Amino acid sequence: MINSSLKALSAMLADKKISAVELAAQYLDRIDALNPRLNAFITVDREKTLAEARTADTRRAAGEDSNMLGIPIAHKDIFCTDGWLTTCGSKMLGNFVAPYDATVISKFKQAGMVSLGKTNMDEFAMGSSNETSYFGAVKNPWDEKAVPGGSSGGSAAAVAARLAPAATGTDTGGSIRQPAALCGISGLKPTYGICSRYGMIAFASSLDQAGPMAPSSEDCALLMNVMAGFDARDSTSLEREKEDYTRDLEKPLAGLKIGLPKEFFAEGLSAEVAQKIDGAIAECKKLGAQMVEVSLPNMGLSVPVYYVLAPAEASSNLSRFDGVRYGHRTAEYRDLLDMYEKTRAEGFGAEVKRRIMIGTYVLSHGYYDAYYLQAQKIRRLIAADFAAAFKQCDVILGPTSPTPAFNAGEKASDPVAMYLSDIYTIAVNLAGLPGMSIPCGFSNDGRPIGVQLIGDLFSEARLLNAAHQYQLNTDWHTRIPEGLK
Amino acid sequence: MALTHQDVLHIARLARLRVSAEEAETAQTQLNSIFGLIEQMQAINTQDIEPMSHALDVAQRLREDKVTESDQRNKFQTIAPAVENGLYLVPKVIE
Repeated sequence: MINSSLKALSAMLADKKISAVELAAQYLDRIDALNPRLNAFITVDREKTLAEARTADTRRAAGEDSNMLGIPIAHKDIFCTDGWLTTCGSKMLGNFVAPYDATVISKFKQAGMVSLGKTNMDEFAMGSSNETSYFGAVKNPWDEKAVPGGSSGGSAAAVAARLAPAATGTDTGGSIRQPAALCGISGLKPTYGICSRYGMIAFASSLDQAGPMAPSSEDCALLMNVMAGFDARDSTSLEREKEDYTRDLEKPLAGLKIGLPKEFFAEGLSAEVAQKIDGAIAECKKLGAQMVEVSLPNMGLSVPVYYVLAPAEASSNLSRFDGVRYGHRTAEYRDLLDMYEKTRAEGFGAEVKRRIMIGTYVLSHGYYDAYYLQAQKIRRLIAADFAAAFKQCDVILGPTSPTPAFNAGEKASDPVAMYLSDIYTIAVNLAGLPGMSIPCGFSNDGRPIGVQLIGDLFSEARLLNAAHQYQLNTDWHTRIPEGLK
Repeated sequence: MALTHQDVLHIARLARLRVSAEEAETAQTQLNSIFGLIEQMQAINTQDIEPMSHALDVAQRLREDKVTESDQRNKFQTIAPAVENGLYLVPKVIE
């Protein structure tokens, strides 16, 4: 049961082999048993979850039969969820009960999916290891000494340990793909503008994008059918025709041109990861795909560019946390300035403060041109590199992360080392492209390794197709950590 | 370029973050190592390159200037740190 695909769960619910309440209760029991070890969830509320499940059963009894009705899902604690504590992993929002639903949450509710709770994350989605959460680090279910990745580490760990059959995540510089890789699951970051950002607590608004996380790419395609779509409440939401993201899943891989950027296989990539990526390439060739070498010459600059643009946007977005309308307010203060400064000093953790300070500096008088404007110009060069590469290939393939999951504490005091763990994912956000990570093997000590697929704008169905064909012929995505079965 | 202790205190003030002398010292070291990474950008010639502010070069949508949301003041103020008579309370700003 716990290793069933969404398609299988949907069939069991439709055939009345199980009710939504029974299904939710099974996952809640598993969360009760395993979450104290993994810390994947910040908030679990059995009564609320079971009430949603009862609603799904009532809807089915009334004749509704939509395919996701009654299927449980966990939500990253970055999505405002009416009546639920929504912390964004921060003390600043430690008491914030959201007064409305994010659009992504509304869409899952409309589809009848049942929320299992809110998953842990790096504070304000700033981190690659889940160690910056105010609510404690998340453990990697494959090896509890290892980090699960971040920032959607709680969602990734929850799915990997099968505490939930699916979860939502958000990806600003790799926050869906990197934890998916480190936890051995599938995760998709859609094209910028495909999923609504309304009610998703903002980090860097020109880069933030919500996406699905689940064991398989087929699961991700089904979730995309629910969560994608135009929303007038998000000013950068794209007005496009409704898509069926499952439409190309069954297409054969024969003839697909896969681009291998030489910069993805250069210095910095661990030998273990390189070997598993080579294995994935060999498998795709066997399925009839054709490999071509491509180049993304400015990719090395994506990390510096990102650490100007994302903190700049964050310093502006996070100015709203002032202790006036919601969230934390310091206990004692002399005047307004004192209240702001103490509230923010107490409410934000070290990494968030660091990024607010970087952003404040690069936007300050006299430095704007040298940093912010220069970063925006190089962003265009990076996007142009991808556009040129997609003239030679249909999808790009490479590693998601340079190493398998590292140990907790290993990079916590060295921000630059931590930032460089997103070297293969960040450029994709800068260019606004869709990207996916799927499992492709394990390191010698049993930690998962992910392969990344990157597509041109709006090519999610093609990425999901390639990933699904790979998964029809491999079983990495069906594995569950020993001891959690 | 390297940030001085004074620079760090100035940035913290602009960002409305209270920092202790010790925190400012740690921040100075870490920010300088991050800016060491960021400086790589300066080697690139970007003359005549248009800055890219957004992933997709689309214009922001406009809508008619009319009220579309209902009044939910009471609901929103239940989670505020301090309110009185429907107003958010803050320390006195103007004498």
